[in-house]
Parts: sequence; structure tokens; C-alpha cells
Amino acid sequence: MSSAIQTSTRRDVLGTSALRPDGAAKVQGRFEFSSDLHAENMLWGATLRSPHPYARIINIDLSAAYKITGVEAIITADDVPGKKTYGLISSDQPVFAQDFVRYVGEPIAAVAADHPETCRRALAAIKVEYEVLTPLTDAELAIQPTTPPIHPDGNVIRRQQIITGDQNLQGEIVVEGTYEIGMQDQAFLGLEAALAIPDSGGKGIEMFVATQWLHEDQKQIAACLDLPNEKVRLTLGGVGGAFGAREDISLQVHCALLALRTSRPIKMQYSREESFYGHVHRHPAKIFIRHHATRTGEIQRIEAKLVFDGGAYASTSSAVLINGVTHIQGPYRCLNATVDGYAVRTNNPPCGAMRGFGVVQACYAHESQMDKLAVACGLSPVEIRLRNAMVTGDKLITGQVVESVAPVARCIRETDAIALPAPLTKTAHPLELVGGSGLTSLPQNIVRGVGWGVSIKNLMYSETFDDFATARCQLKDGVATLKYATVEVGQGFVVLAPQIARSVLGVDEVVLDTVDTGIGSAGSTSASRQTWMSGGAVDGACRLVRQRLFEHVGKKYNIDPLRLVIEDTDIVDMIGDFRISVVEASTGVLIDETFEHHHRPTEELDEKGQGNCHVAFAFVAHRAVVDVDVELGLVKVIQIATAQDVGRVLNPIAALGQIEGGIAQGLGLAVMEEIVLDKGKMRNPSFTDYLLPTALDAPSVVAVMIEEPEPQAPLGAKGIGEPPCISVTPAIAAAIRNATGKELPRVPVRPQDICF
Amino acid sequence: MSVLVPRTLQDALQATAANPSAQLIQGGTDLMVEINFNHRKPTDVIALRRVDELKSIQIDTEKSQITIGAGLPYQQMEHGEIARRLPALAQAARTVGSPQIRSAGSIGGNLGTCSPAGDALPVLSALDATVNLQSADASRSVSVHDFMVGVKRNARLPGEIIVSTTLPIVSGWQGYAKVGVRNAMVISVASCCLVVDRINGTIAVALGAVGPTIIRCRETESWLASQVDLKTKTTISPNLLQEFGTRIANESKPIDDHRSTAAYRRHAVCVLARRLLTRANSQ
Ligand SMILES: Cc1cc2nc3c(=O)[nH]c(=O)nc-3n(C[C@H](O)[C@H](O)[C@H](O)COP(=O)(O)OP(=O)(O)OC[C@H]3O[C@@H](n4cnc5c(N)ncnc54)[C@H](O)[C@@H]3O)c2cc1C
Repeated sequence: MSSAIQTSTRRDVLGTSALRPDGAAKVQGRFEFSSDLHAENMLWGATLRSPHPYARIINIDLSAAYKITGVEAIITADDVPGKKTYGLISSDQPVFAQDFVRYVGEPIAAVAADHPETCRRALAAIKVEYEVLTPLTDAELAIQPTTPPIHPDGNVIRRQQIITGDQNLQGEIVVEGTYEIGMQDQAFLGLEAALAIPDSGGKGIEMFVATQWLHEDQKQIAACLDLPNEKVRLTLGGVGGAFGAREDISLQVHCALLALRTSRPIKMQYSREESFYGHVHRHPAKIFIRHHATRTGEIQRIEAKLVFDGGAYASTSSAVLINGVTHIQGPYRCLNATVDGYAVRTNNPPCGAMRGFGVVQACYAHESQMDKLAVACGLSPVEIRLRNAMVTGDKLITGQVVESVAPVARCIRETDAIALPAPLTKTAHPLELVGGSGLTSLPQNIVRGVGWGVSIKNLMYSETFDDFATARCQLKDGVATLKYATVEVGQGFVVLAPQIARSVLGVDEVVLDTVDTGIGSAGSTSASRQTWMSGGAVDGACRLVRQRLFEHVGKKYNIDPLRLVIEDTDIVDMIGDFRISVVEASTGVLIDETFEHHHRPTEELDEKGQGNCHVAFAFVAHRAVVDVDVELGLVKVIQIATAQDVGRVLNPIAALGQIEGGIAQGLGLAVMEEIVLDKGKMRNPSFTDYLLPTALDAPSVVAVMIEEPEPQAPLGAKGIGEPPCISVTPAIAAAIRNATGKELPRVPVRPQDICF
Repeated sequence: MSVLVPRTLQDALQATAANPSAQLIQGGTDLMVEINFNHRKPTDVIALRRVDELKSIQIDTEKSQITIGAGLPYQQMEHGEIARRLPALAQAARTVGSPQIRSAGSIGGNLGTCSPAGDALPVLSALDATVNLQSADASRSVSVHDFMVGVKRNARLPGEIIVSTTLPIVSGWQGYAKVGVRNAMVISVASCCLVVDRINGTIAVALGAVGPTIIRCRETESWLASQVDLKTKTTISPNLLQEFGTRIANESKPIDDHRSTAAYRRHAVCVLARRLLTRANSQ
């Protein structure tokens, strides 16, 4: 909430490992997360949720709850003054359930009270009468026209085909498989929380909230409150991770409604368990693929059917689906394709954005196939991938030409060149062995496997979406002040933005203004886009300021401004002796510029899945070395080698952080992270049973950054957030296959999948 | 809610006598989780953390036994005297949670909760430990087998405090192994403690997380003792080893749940028991 002054003597410009200003505070517990927010006279809000995956609401009786001392307000669907539903793409999710509940955890009512404990008692006192219905929990069943729809819009959220080239081609080599991906959770550490403060008079509201996109939240909240956008002012609360789970709104509308109703500040925050119910997850998917190839391993045609389970409401399912279908070819040339994809509604928990966004599922399937193809053609996993690696200028199955830098073969070769870890020795420390502290396995029980994964990932939003970013730069007395609405979720824009300003303007001191809706949108912190988009906006605003500064200096000292450049912290004349420090030159003047960065326009896919739907692409290769106790089915990932197409490294330590973190998340999906469902009910909504990798599970990461600057990108840098978590999952699965000889068509790979 | 923080065992016993239904708390690593989940809403709490008597370690070489205070944190069992004499307990202690949990959690709490997945419990069972309980006016010692009554149920009476457990120092190999889906900080999917008593020529095998409570595999134990001489290190034939594992698995009573399947658990205890027996004879 407060602005942070960033001074530095080391000249933390682009290309240096500048440290994040919030890093030490986070490690020491001093950082103010949105769950730490507080206001005088505030009340607490809490949500009543459905215990049933599918039921008709017959009656809601609030009378007993109202009798509890300390309860100030209880609201239901009837109390939503504006739009009764919200959603990112199609607005189908009720603020509060009206006639039906469609998933376990769907909000039904919210209470405001003087204490969280009063809230809890009030929720327990609300009597909801249900007619329990049979839930639809099978995504393939949901597609069948004979299956009754669970939503007025039907069960199929979107179907997208890709039909291109020869539809009858049969390859000399044909390999196929059906692959399944379980439901992963984003599992950010900072739980959902918000503070809403109503304007006196009740005609507006101020909110502090942990989100990924302030302006999208603002729009959706305002519509539900029936207020104009500008009457809903949002400020970013401290965010503890997001990974896609904060793209959809969760408690925002509830919190705002309670504040307007009670005319008092309302604080809401979820517990870990509620967080599992309160946000969307990664889509579980089932993907069939058949590859046709020549005897020498060149891919000729792919046939695929993808089914993504979107859960009860649409969220971003339609966009996740097109990412899945358009990336099903992987980073490989292919001219002929027959692809059919579905995203459907079921009574499972809603699914939406998560790091990798539909590509994770596709990649697990196509990489599993590449290994089958390698075996069928008698080639190594590396050779089959090199033979098919796409290059800039190749045409995708959508007809779009890859204009991005596409160093796929280089990613593979440089990964391959990374030294393998030393073999396991008989004297290895027990904690280094599979089973870790459980002491289950000795070296003689362990087999080591190696596996590969390579991926392509689109950057920014697709299909005609203009997700622009805005930034403002003010220069005064040698201090640059940056204003933008770019959400910091941990990705590091908070360190990158000042680096850009220092490089472009030659200043040392950069002030970051409050991140709020007091400026134009920055778009979402997702889709690996903020370095490119908001980085481009900050760069653009700083360049405009620099131009004005040069003009000012030129006029004052009678030099053609076109001859001026920034050198460290000085303005110098390229062809003369003139030199003045930026601090001196900007003393007494105020230069203020705002810039909007837009990426190039994209198109929608047509019925046959043709169209230039994506902005740009990034590539990465992963090689996993995994120790497996085959008899017990236990695994330990020893090393991940990776070479990633990053365009340009703007901050080495931050880039490595994204890579290591992404790998840990992809490892989680490969071997342990899964929301276990039983007829629509989550069995493990806690960190006791939803397992995230610990330090003993995290592999050593050896990363090579492939720097081939991307001409389209404002700073030459591609987005690096998502690629690390995409192909690492299939690489780990492949390594386990290599060690065990099992097909393992499903992730996460469970012990019983290996040993039986 | 009232919280009493007695400084001596005597004060603690007075407090439980005055309020036998008060909730005891030691490290709080089980209880606070239950409170957070609203599974338990105690009105009166007696905190044992400041009672030093509950953190003692008494080694009685004459009787060849160790008495460990109920409040001793796991972290202090990982190394030193306990690790030297009761290596299986040290190994079990190391598998519990994270460093934070191990510096707070205790055997008293593990016994108090009495979960079949409690990691100290298979070791107590395999060693035929005694649970020492005290109330303001009485004290008694109960075999751990009688103490563990069922899933999360034990034989403690209202007003009683578990003060310690007494474990024999056995001459022979002992070890603990636990299967979980990640390499640290994980609730047991299946676990096994195996203790060989070379002097008496017996073996004890106890299983965790494969039944309503810890399972002692007494039939297999006596079967093995009848097959081989356990007083010396012997090479166990592959066939015998196989049968040993199968018999162990047959004594387990696992269920399917969200953490694993009954079939996998049965398989896991079979493998763990075989491996521990192999280790016992090779070291
Ligand atoms: C993150 C995490 C990871 C964990 N991992 C493991 C694990 O790997 N393995 C494992 O076994 N457990 C694990 N646990 C559970 C817990 O740490 C253990 O069961 C521990 O032994 C509990 O000890 P405590 O002292 O904290 O018990 P408390 O929480 O203080 O008490 C637990 C129960 O025992 C009773 N009690 C405590 N002391 C006494 C006494 N002296 N007399 C009578 N009753 C008493 C209490 O009244 C309460 O009912 C984990 C817990 C957490 C939070």
C-alpha cells in the first residue's frame, strides 16, 4: 500500500541480478499480505458454501442466524443489486447460488459479524433445505447429447476442432495413446483476502485485494454492485502467489456487498481449506493422440481428441481449451491434423487458469507420444525431437506462421550437453535416497531413469484479445516515479520496472507508486505477459520522458536533442563534449508521460481451427533424471537440466527463480500434486494431504538461458513464467518410464501405478 | 477459554484433578490443527510445555531400559543417547513432520492422539513399551498394547497425565521405515518397525497406518522364530524372505482412502518388512 523508494549504488540496471525490494521483508515476515489488512471499526465476513455437488435449493432460512448477537448482515442472491453472475469470459457463475448449487463449495450466503467466530456460528445457524441431485462428474459423459444439462447453457462450454491438410494420411509408423492429467491446485501460500471500505453515503467503495488483474476485478465487481466502474476503486493488497488462481474473482463481490450493506469496513479471508473451495484449479484432462510418421521419424499427421473438465462454471475454460488444441502438435513440424477438443461443465470444482494454461495437459500427451515414436522408429528421445523440431517460419496446424524466434533444436542440444549427475553411490547419505527420511530404500533398491520433455507455449492473450498495459513515468529532480496497475504476485515486476527506468533514463532513484486502478489497465499478471506487456509500457513511458528531457536539455544548451544519449547516469552529446548528469538536467523540471503498450492483433480460430490466434511463442527443453524404487513405487527427482528460450535475460537471479519455481510446480504435477475427487467432493483440501514438493523433493536444477532476442518484444525478452513448469512434467514421467518400463499414461504418477 | 500453565508435574496433576475434562496440550502439533479445523473446541486447557519433569530422559542400565518423558520433543531423540540405544525410535522421530514440528511434537502427544499413522507408535509397540500415567492420587503403568484401544482412542482416564514411556534396551538390530508419497514431511501411508532380540532369539514387527491401530504381527514373529535361529545373524533364504513378507502383509488390515489403496499398503508393508529383516541380518 505504501510506495517504496528504491535507491541503489550498484546501478541495478537491466541485465543485473538486482534484488527484489520486498524479498527480505517476505523472508522475515514483515511483508504486509492482504490477509494482514486491518481497518478501524471493521467487521468480518464469511461465506456459506454448498456441501453438495449438485442440488436444488428449496429454502434458505436466515432467522436463527440473525438472532446471534454480533451478526450485522446476512446476504444471499436476492441481495445482489446488479448482475447476479460473474466470470472472466462468459459470465455464468452466480455471486450466490440461486436455484441450484453445482459444486461442493459454491457460495450460498455471506455474513458480516463482529468476530470470525460469530461468523462461523452464524453460518452454522443458516438452514438451507436442499433437494439433492445426482451429480454429473464424468467429463466424457457430459458431452453426450443424451446427458441432461446441469446449466441452462448446456454442458459443452466450447468445442474446437482443427482440420487441416490430408485427412486420410496414414503413416508408415503409427503410435497412439490416451493420457490423463489429474486436477492440480495452484496452492499459493498467501490465502485469499480482501478489505472493503465503503464510501460514506454508500455510493462507492474502496477495496484492497490480492488479485492478478485489478481492472478486470473492478469491472466484474462494479457490474454486480450496479455501480459505475470508477466508484469501485481497487488497490493491490500484498499478494502471496497466484499461478492463475486469482484470475477469477473469489470473495471480492461478497466483501463489497457486505461493506455497502453494513456501511462498515469488511475484512474477508479464507482458510486453507476454504481456499481449495474458493478458487479454480487446473483442468483435469483426457487426451487421445495418434501420430503418423515416416519410418525415419518425421511426423506427418496427428489425430487428437481432448476433453477438459471445466467443472461447474466456465471461468477461462474456452481459452484453456484452445491452448490445449493449438499446442497439441508440440514444438514440432506437422502439416496434417485432425483435432477435436471439448471443454465441458460437470459438477466437479470449477477449473480455470493455472500456470501453463491448457498447454501443460497437451504437452504431457504429445511428449509421451514422442517417446513412443522414438521407440517405434528406433531413435533416441533426443534424435526424434531434433528431427521434428520446428523453426521460425514454420506453419502451425492452425495455419499461423511461427514468427517468433524458435530455437527448439538449440534448447534440446544445450540441454543434452549438460552433464548428467554423478551416479548413486553405495555410501550416499540416506536422506539423498528415494524415500528420504522414511528410510525405505537402499541403493540396491533404486533404478535411475532419464526422460525428456520439450514444449512450446504461447505468450500473452489470444484470439483477438487486446490485453494492453499502461504505465506512467514522472521525472523530477533526478527521481523517476513509476505508476502502473501491474500486479506483483511474486514474479518480480517490482524489481524489473525500476531496472528499466534506470537503464532508459539514467536515474538511480526510482519510486514505485501505489498499484491501483488510478491509472489504465495493465492486463493480468498471467500468460507469461507482464515483462513483455507492462515492461513494454514502462519502457515506452520512460522513453517518452527521456525524449522530453533531451528536448529540454537541447533547448537549454543549444544542442540538437537527437545527438543526446544516456551514458550511465549522464546525458552526453554523442559527437561533442557536452555532458550533464540526469539529476542536474532534471532539477526543477517535471516531465510526465503515460504509455500504453499493445501487442499485435490476433484472430479468432475458424470452424476448422485456422487463424493467427496467438501473439508469440516461447520454447524450452527439460531432461529429468529420476531415481525410482521400482518395488515400492517411490521416486526422487535428482536433476532437471533445462535450456530455455528466454529472448534476453533482464535479471539473471529472477529468471533462475522463475525456472526453479516452475520446475518444482511441474514436478508436483508429475509425482504428487492432485486434488482427489470422489463424486465431486474433494477428499484432500488441506496441505496435510494435498502434497507439495518439499526441499527433499526438489531436484538440483541446471539451467541454460538461450538468449536470442525476440524482435517483437519491447525489451527483447520473452515471458519466462510458464515454460519452466510445462515440459518438466512429461520429462519426469518419461524418466520413470525409462526406469520401470511401465507405460504410465497418467499424472501424477502414484506409487501403485509404478509397482503394480 | 482458560489456559493454565503449570510449572511442575505436581501443579499439573492438581490442575487435572480440579478439572478432569480439561484439554491437555504439549507441543500442540495435533491439538492446534484440530482446533483450527473446529473439530475440537476446548473451554479449558492445561499446557504441559513448561513442565520440565515431562522432558526427562532416564537411562537405567541395570534394568536395561530407558524412560522418556512424555513431553520430550522428537528433535531430541534424533541424536545422542536415545539414538544410540533406541535407533528405531530415532529413525521414527526423524520422519515426523518438519524441523518445526519435531521441536514441538512429543511421544505423549502421539500417544494422546493415538492415530494409526503416528510414527512413534509402531516403535513403542515393537519394543513392548510401557506407558506411565499419573493422576493427583494414583499412578499406573499400562502396556502400550493395552493403551492403544482403537482409531484415535486410548486408555487414558480423565484426570490422568501420560508422564513417560519406558522402553527396553534390546541387544540386536532394530529399525523403522515409512512409506509416504513425498520424501519428507508426510503422513505415513504404511510403516514398519522391526526389532531383533539376539539374546532371547525373538523378533518383533509392528505396522503403522495399515489398521485401526498399530498392528503387532505376532503370528509371523513366532513363525519366523521357529524357522531360523534369531540369536545369530543368519542369511535368510529368498523363499523364506518372501514368505515372511507375505505373512506380514496378511496380518495387516489396511483400507482404501484418499492417501492410498489397501492393496498398495499391503504390498508396502510386505516390502518394508522384508527389507528391514534383510538389513537386520546384514548389519
Ligand atoms: C505439519 C505436521 C506434520 C506432522 N507430521 C507427523 C508425522 O510425520 N508423523 C507423526 O506421527 N505425526 C505427525 N504430526 C502429528 C503430531 O506432530 C504428532 O502426533 C505429535 O506426536 C503430537 O505431539 P504434541 O506434543 O504436539 O501433541 P499435542 O498436539 O500437544 O497433543 C495431542 C493430543 O495428546 C494429548 N496429550 C499430549 N500430551 C499429553 C500428556 N502428557 N498426557 C496426556 N495427554 C496428552 C493432548 O491432550 C491431545 O489430545 C504432524 C503434525 C503436523 C502439524
